[in-house]
Amino acid sequence: MSQSAAEPIEPILTRNFGRPDSHTLTAYRETGGYTGWAKALALEPAAITDAVKRSNLRGLGGAGFPTGTKWSFVPKGHAGPIYLVINADEGEPGTVKDRYLLERDPHALIEGMLIAARAIGSRLAFVYVRGEYVAPWRRFSAAVREAYDAGYLGRGLDVVVHRGAGAYICGEETGLISSLEGRKGWPKLKPPFPAIKGAFGAPTIVNNVETICQVPHIVNRGPEWFAALGTQTQGGTRLYSVSGRVRRSGVYEASVGVTLRQLIYEHAGGVTGNGRLKAVVPGGASAAILRADEIDVTMDVDGLRNAGTMAGSAGVIVMDETVSIPDALRVVARFYAHESCGQCTPCRETTGWIYRMTERIVEGRGRKEDLDTILDVARRGTGTTICAFYDGAVGPYISYIEKFRAEFEALIPHA
Amino acid sequence: MPKLTIDGRPLEVPPGTNLIEAARRLGIEIPHYCYHPALSIAGQCRLCVVDIEKVPRPQVACNTVVAEGMVVHTETERVLETRKSIMEFHLINHPLDCPVCDQAGECWLQIYYMKHGLYDPRMVDEKVHKPKAVPLGPHVILDAERCILCSRCVRFCDEVTGTSELGIFHRGDRSEIGLFPGQELANKYSGNVVDICPVGALTDRDFRFQVRVWYLDTQKSICPGCARGCNIEVHVSRRRVHHAEGRRVVRLKPRFNEAVNKWWICDAGRYGSAFVDGDTRLQAPARRDGEKTLEVAWTEMIPLAAGRLRGYRADEIGILASPKLSNEDLFLLRRLCDALGVGAVDYRVPPARPGDEDDFLIRADKNANTRGAELVGLGGADSRAILAAARERRVKCLWIFCHDLLASAWPEGEVLDGLLGAETVIFQGTNANPTSAYAHLVLPAAAYPEREGTWTNFEGRVQRFRQALPPLGRALPDWEILGRLLQEVQGAPRPARAEDCFRDLAATVPAFAGMSYRSIGDAGQLVQTARP
Repeated sequence: MSQSAAEPIEPILTRNFGRPDSHTLTAYRETGGYTGWAKALALEPAAITDAVKRSNLRGLGGAGFPTGTKWSFVPKGHAGPIYLVINADEGEPGTVKDRYLLERDPHALIEGMLIAARAIGSRLAFVYVRGEYVAPWRRFSAAVREAYDAGYLGRGLDVVVHRGAGAYICGEETGLISSLEGRKGWPKLKPPFPAIKGAFGAPTIVNNVETICQVPHIVNRGPEWFAALGTQTQGGTRLYSVSGRVRRSGVYEASVGVTLRQLIYEHAGGVTGNGRLKAVVPGGASAAILRADEIDVTMDVDGLRNAGTMAGSAGVIVMDETVSIPDALRVVARFYAHESCGQCTPCRETTGWIYRMTERIVEGRGRKEDLDTILDVARRGTGTTICAFYDGAVGPYISYIEKFRAEFEALIPHA
Repeated sequence: MPKLTIDGRPLEVPPGTNLIEAARRLGIEIPHYCYHPALSIAGQCRLCVVDIEKVPRPQVACNTVVAEGMVVHTETERVLETRKSIMEFHLINHPLDCPVCDQAGECWLQIYYMKHGLYDPRMVDEKVHKPKAVPLGPHVILDAERCILCSRCVRFCDEVTGTSELGIFHRGDRSEIGLFPGQELANKYSGNVVDICPVGALTDRDFRFQVRVWYLDTQKSICPGCARGCNIEVHVSRRRVHHAEGRRVVRLKPRFNEAVNKWWICDAGRYGSAFVDGDTRLQAPARRDGEKTLEVAWTEMIPLAAGRLRGYRADEIGILASPKLSNEDLFLLRRLCDALGVGAVDYRVPPARPGDEDDFLIRADKNANTRGAELVGLGGADSRAILAAARERRVKCLWIFCHDLLASAWPEGEVLDGLLGAETVIFQGTNANPTSAYAHLVLPAAAYPEREGTWTNFEGRVQRFRQALPPLGRALPDWEILGRLLQEVQGAPRPARAEDCFRDLAATVPAFAGMSYRSIGDAGQLVQTARP
């Protein structure tokens, strides 16, 4: 049911972004805020989950897992507490969308949380906000106070806003839970999965900010409407953070079926620098890079997976021909070496090693076997760790070198 | 119970068993670093991968619980390649300083590299540098560069001792083990982190640079430090006598016993073996003649001591036996008392201060064999009354085993009057002490690593300790000394081995009925009265 994404769509997540008071309860209510929650109150929890399933909403934090399916993993008839955790630890390089939502439409998140909590049977929700997001945290906290005062919160759902301390790994679902529990933000071994045994040992559903902001609209306007906005396997719109060498970098809302070309040339106004596109990272730093001739792909989860990369957090990083890919890899490799939590041996040891090799190559001290060593090490480490961090790092390691090998070789003496 | 197949071999194990333990039952070793059966599952080292049919990717065996019909392969091409890679990753930042590392020879990096690695190293960049030779506490020293961050030590302090001194600090390849601020690794079980550290990151300060492990011989033994009787291994250096400053017993290691001490021993026990090679060891039989102390041969000492014992009326002899003696020693002493008709025998001497105790392993009773002494049925007199009798010149011959009465709870004056009141004081023990200085006859005994024997722990578990070393000097096992005396007194043939004494004990004392060295085995055996 893919619509032509070239057509401008009705803004949904961004519909209030233009109003200077968009973060207030008054503004939110004027544009139909909390009517989804009113409708959800009349629905059985299972009916809400079912609607979200039928909407084809998929997680917008990075993994793209079907949201309704995730909710249905909570054990039926569980006696103890069940927690809803909102992942607002937006840390994927090139991604700023959740920040926009927290700052400009915080009540959308609260309304979505009310509905989601009803669906999964949670009475306590945590919002884990990235430590560096001070302004978004203030805005969101103010909205929570408003929602308490207005009686939306505190009557069946309480919300705890928790600030992180600046580690990328705490955006990983179970690393976030560890951090929330007061431990070092190390991802947890699975099984058990969070939906069975998550925060403080209780069933826990972790959803991204943007994912939950979609929920009121699904309840309000129906899952079929939402599904029709997207592709066969993914419904709705999403926010694309477009950055790098484009004329108008920013956050754009478009169907999940929009093409990468449309995002770059229509939404973001085309390429700057020397004006000639060289490469694009479509889904945040962990997504494999695409060459200029690979941008006619739809941006949905499956479209990008079929193109050998991933939708991830929809952080689109555009590079023109003046950008050095080896240098870009050096920056990315440094990031992963810096942010690896150090728990699993392959990730802990090889993110640093690969960074050192990459740095050597960029500085002109590369050895001709280095490129194959990086590729081999990255391939051998893939899939061997507790969380997806390392597999995310492997995306750039392999794709940058495979797609731009000549550029790397040119830097290596005697290659 | 779930039935599964590992490497084509079927087995059935209790539900909840993980694949490392299940494979172990078949004798298949799945290599691992972070997994330890006593600790929670960390799943960090990633070495224990196996292939499971119908599962697309290799899985870690430590965190995979057996399931009905599971088909596991531990040696597929993919598993072998993954192991090799994980070994390479573990070693890229490792300093490879095996020649100066105490762990060399018993290091799981070395063992697994040879078994599962054997790759050609590709790492040419500068390694990550971290703190070295950092004392963490009185017993343990850290080399953070050698550490593979398996977190076993951290989990030990969190989960076993509950003291939580250790953590992993920093991130990525800068991660390192360390102490929380203001902490010191000084809990009563700190030495165990050295044992569970699979590499040379945590080593024993006491063992540091003493002797290479391949020069050590090991023997199964029992810790003599308290009534628990933790199972240990005694590690002795006999092939490089000039190493370890001449110490023969260079370290003690816990030996697994599910019913007694699991994998652990306390620091007091672990570092409590110095007396064996200490300066105070009694090395030759000796006789005090006025101010002079004369060393004599056993062939002279035995008739001399027997002559003294026979020279007094039975009621003029008082014996302070020791609950540190073995069951065999105590049984022979009982027979000797019977032969001499001596009734004034006791083994209980109260310590000056009550012993340290906890709810884990450490027992307040610092004697290895109090329960054995009770069961063997020695005497029935009261030790303090025996000392009083000596003071009052009713007891003329006082035979003291091991005890330092001057360090007991009894008033010093009372003890001195007793020691000076007796015409003959015989001291039998391994080490000199202030009490032995008053002895007229000194019978030097072999220390526990120098002999065979059994002790009965507080629960009634009879456990064997074995000989790792020859006795120092001319010391002899207590049972041997007592056997020779019994032969001299009674003319009876003396036992040739400790096992002979035990056989007689088992035939005589009902609590030990039916037991033998064989039935006791490595895990020990409960006496009749203690069996459920």
